[in-house]
Amino acid sequence: MAFRLKLVPEKTNFDFFKHQVATFGFSVFMVLASIVLVLVMGLNLGIDFRGGTTIRTEADQTEPVDIGAYRSAIAPLDLGDVLITQVYDPNFRADQKVVTIRIQAQDGQEAISPDTQAKVLESLKSVNKDIKIVATESIGPKVSGELIWTAIWSVLAAVAAILVYIWLRFEWQFSVGAVAALIHDVTVTVGIFALFQIKFDLSIIAALLTILGYSINDTVVVFDRLRENLVKYKKMPLRDVMNLSVNETLSRTVMTSGTTLLALISLLVLGGDVIRNFVFAMTWGVIVGTYSSVYVAKNIVLFIGLDRNKEKKDPSEKFFDKTDVATD
Amino acid sequence: MLHISLWKRVLILIIVLIGVVFAAPNIFYNRVEGHNDAVAAAAKGESLTPEQQAAQAGWPDWLPSDIVNLGLDLRGGAQLLAEVNVGEVYKARVDALWPEFRKALAAERGTLGSIRRLNADPGVLRIQIGNADQIAEAQKIAETLNNPVSSLTGVGQKTLAITTEGNQLIIQLSDAEKAATDDRTMQQSLEIVRRRIDAAGTREPTIVREGADRILIQVPGASSAQEIKQLIGTTAKLTFNSVIGTSSNPNEAVGSDQEILPSADQKGLYYILDSLPVVTGEDLTDARPDTDQNGYPAVAFRFNASAARTFGDYTQNNIGKPFAIVLDNKVISAPTIQSHIAGGSGIITGRFTVKEATDLALLLRAGALPASMTFLEERTIGPELGADSIAAGKMAAAVGAVLVVVFMIASYGTFGVFASLALAINIALIFAILSVIGGTLTLPGIAGIVLTMGTAVDANVLVFERIREELRNQQKAKAARAIELGYERAMSAIVDANVTTFLTAVILFVLGAGPVRGFAVTFLIGIITSVFTAIWVTRLFVSIWFARRRPRELVL
Repeated sequence: MAFRLKLVPEKTNFDFFKHQVATFGFSVFMVLASIVLVLVMGLNLGIDFRGGTTIRTEADQTEPVDIGAYRSAIAPLDLGDVLITQVYDPNFRADQKVVTIRIQAQDGQEAISPDTQAKVLESLKSVNKDIKIVATESIGPKVSGELIWTAIWSVLAAVAAILVYIWLRFEWQFSVGAVAALIHDVTVTVGIFALFQIKFDLSIIAALLTILGYSINDTVVVFDRLRENLVKYKKMPLRDVMNLSVNETLSRTVMTSGTTLLALISLLVLGGDVIRNFVFAMTWGVIVGTYSSVYVAKNIVLFIGLDRNKEKKDPSEKFFDKTDVATD
Repeated sequence: MLHISLWKRVLILIIVLIGVVFAAPNIFYNRVEGHNDAVAAAAKGESLTPEQQAAQAGWPDWLPSDIVNLGLDLRGGAQLLAEVNVGEVYKARVDALWPEFRKALAAERGTLGSIRRLNADPGVLRIQIGNADQIAEAQKIAETLNNPVSSLTGVGQKTLAITTEGNQLIIQLSDAEKAATDDRTMQQSLEIVRRRIDAAGTREPTIVREGADRILIQVPGASSAQEIKQLIGTTAKLTFNSVIGTSSNPNEAVGSDQEILPSADQKGLYYILDSLPVVTGEDLTDARPDTDQNGYPAVAFRFNASAARTFGDYTQNNIGKPFAIVLDNKVISAPTIQSHIAGGSGIITGRFTVKEATDLALLLRAGALPASMTFLEERTIGPELGADSIAAGKMAAAVGAVLVVVFMIASYGTFGVFASLALAINIALIFAILSVIGGTLTLPGIAGIVLTMGTAVDANVLVFERIREELRNQQKAKAARAIELGYERAMSAIVDANVTTFLTAVILFVLGAGPVRGFAVTFLIGIITSVFTAIWVTRLFVSIWFARRRPRELVL
């Protein structure tokens, strides 16, 4: 017998509904908490969505960066809301100090004017004469307004397209379950961004859509097996068929999440700071997406109940069975 | 399922081979790029320098030489999104109508009474007539000057919308004419921007129209968006006007056919000019940087024949008077006419630096923009940052690939090796397709490829897990049967799972802009190639291996 790495034993028989009150309740709590976080703390919107300018500067110096000096150098320019942060990355040289400066959109101009940028650079030279601007990005209020709508539309369109497809391929209960899982994933990911105040920009929307694609991929694999087993075990209660299906696909779920996370974590660590937020969103989304395909999607399907050959539903297929509540 | 017909085997191998061959140039990126640049230069009919000839010889002509375009975030460069203020053109059009209407209406002065132009919004011509009861008559006369629109979409519509209000005629461009005008304005603007950027000699700029009134400009290798902005953001409308007087009050009342403009280099000095120019920049045939008699930078120009004659006559009649050279509503100089300037050439002085003179000459040669532009968005990425990003992306991709391969082989043994080979082919196919369609690889695109590595093995995992199950379910199952069943049963899951992912990727591509689209392209291609490699390539490997080894029992 050759050696095989097995993260999941050959035959598992977990009862995924055993703690359904806890797990499903946890999901509901996470979604609600995320909504509250977004409403209370708000999102740290990047310039893509609110207009403004980001300037990335580099200086070769061994001594630590004094953000205060940067701030006081730029203050006389009277540019309104200015946010200065230092960027850290394992790829940087020891004497490479990178700072990003975010400036709000200036009144009466769309993109930053050449002389504003020249003034900023000149002021910064007083902090360190070797400072150079390595990248700038400037977006006017007009475009950022359009981008917000584009972002919202694209997420809604993706959800709608998936809903219709699953409906066509499976039954409507499945598509409700799948979409509930998707909404869960997106909300919880956005919630994390609100909690840690990580910059939320256009690339995060791309990450969200990728999470949608990934999460639905996971969910569909479980559903596909469920569909097969429903035909195979006509008499088995729906709950048990679901458990069996998740158990049968568990090793695949873990394997795929494993390889995807391996790839993403190498990007997260080594891919540079430019795409770090984007990769972070995807990494987090893969974890949440895997969780939701096991614990959220099918619970909803069970909750609605499936019409199996127009038979009368077994009372044990009700969600939050009495015995569960008693034992948990 | 283990038996793949010969023609299918050959077809799969051919696709894989083509993929590898077309992906190969990307491994020798710089060499191939040098070769392509040299070939492009030769095609333009330029004679090649020895270096270029060496570069051309550095990559054989018979091999494919399509390479992936590196996005600005990987190569460094500048990107600008400009909005053309198309409405500005209406004003000039409408202003030019006034003399014509005045003439037509004045011919009927007996019935209409006095005729005056009133101040109105830009792009609107308001004419007041003395006898309010004759307004219908005036409208009739005005309508005789209204021509049909000369565009395909505006058939049957008039160019002007003429309405009345009391004793006033209100004349503006009709909607159909506005649309046709906008289209012409955009075409012209694109052309002028292209000429200016080409003249500045950067490599392969991308200049495309976006939506109704926007232009997206990408210039790889440009050191800053600001420089490009100055180059293309200048309208460069040059006119030569008669000077009526000077003033220190910018709000001084001037006649309706006069305008007051500031001096470019003297603060507080304003010129009152005749608003009808003697000649304009459109009449120039050439402009180049030069020096004036004192050795200061200047721009030498030459007029076409008719403008040369006009200018010659004007100077002859106005010796001793100043005339103004106006650039974009600023008077750059107002020399006094010393003598009759015949021959239609001259120089423009105005305290230029050498660079300013060079730029102005370039702008005048390329022509003026029909309307000014507003920049809505700009991005500049320094080449060093781009190089760092590529290095980081390569490193992350390499490490990710190694981790995935180790994980797959540890989990599935020989089959894991097959899946890893398929993964390598998969990446090659992604690069081949990107190169051939001329797609652009961006940093998010690299992320898309790395993500594909993670998910590409998914289809294989689905199949392998199924095979394992079949082996468990059927006591003493024949290995061949298990493999066949595994492929068969995993198919529906593979298809459903990938169609949904594909849908989201398509939406990303269609609605996405910039970084999102860059990611969507590689992600989309990655989905297609990974399904192909999982369903066909690994299966081919398995079937070849099975035919050779005939394993008695399968350990997976």
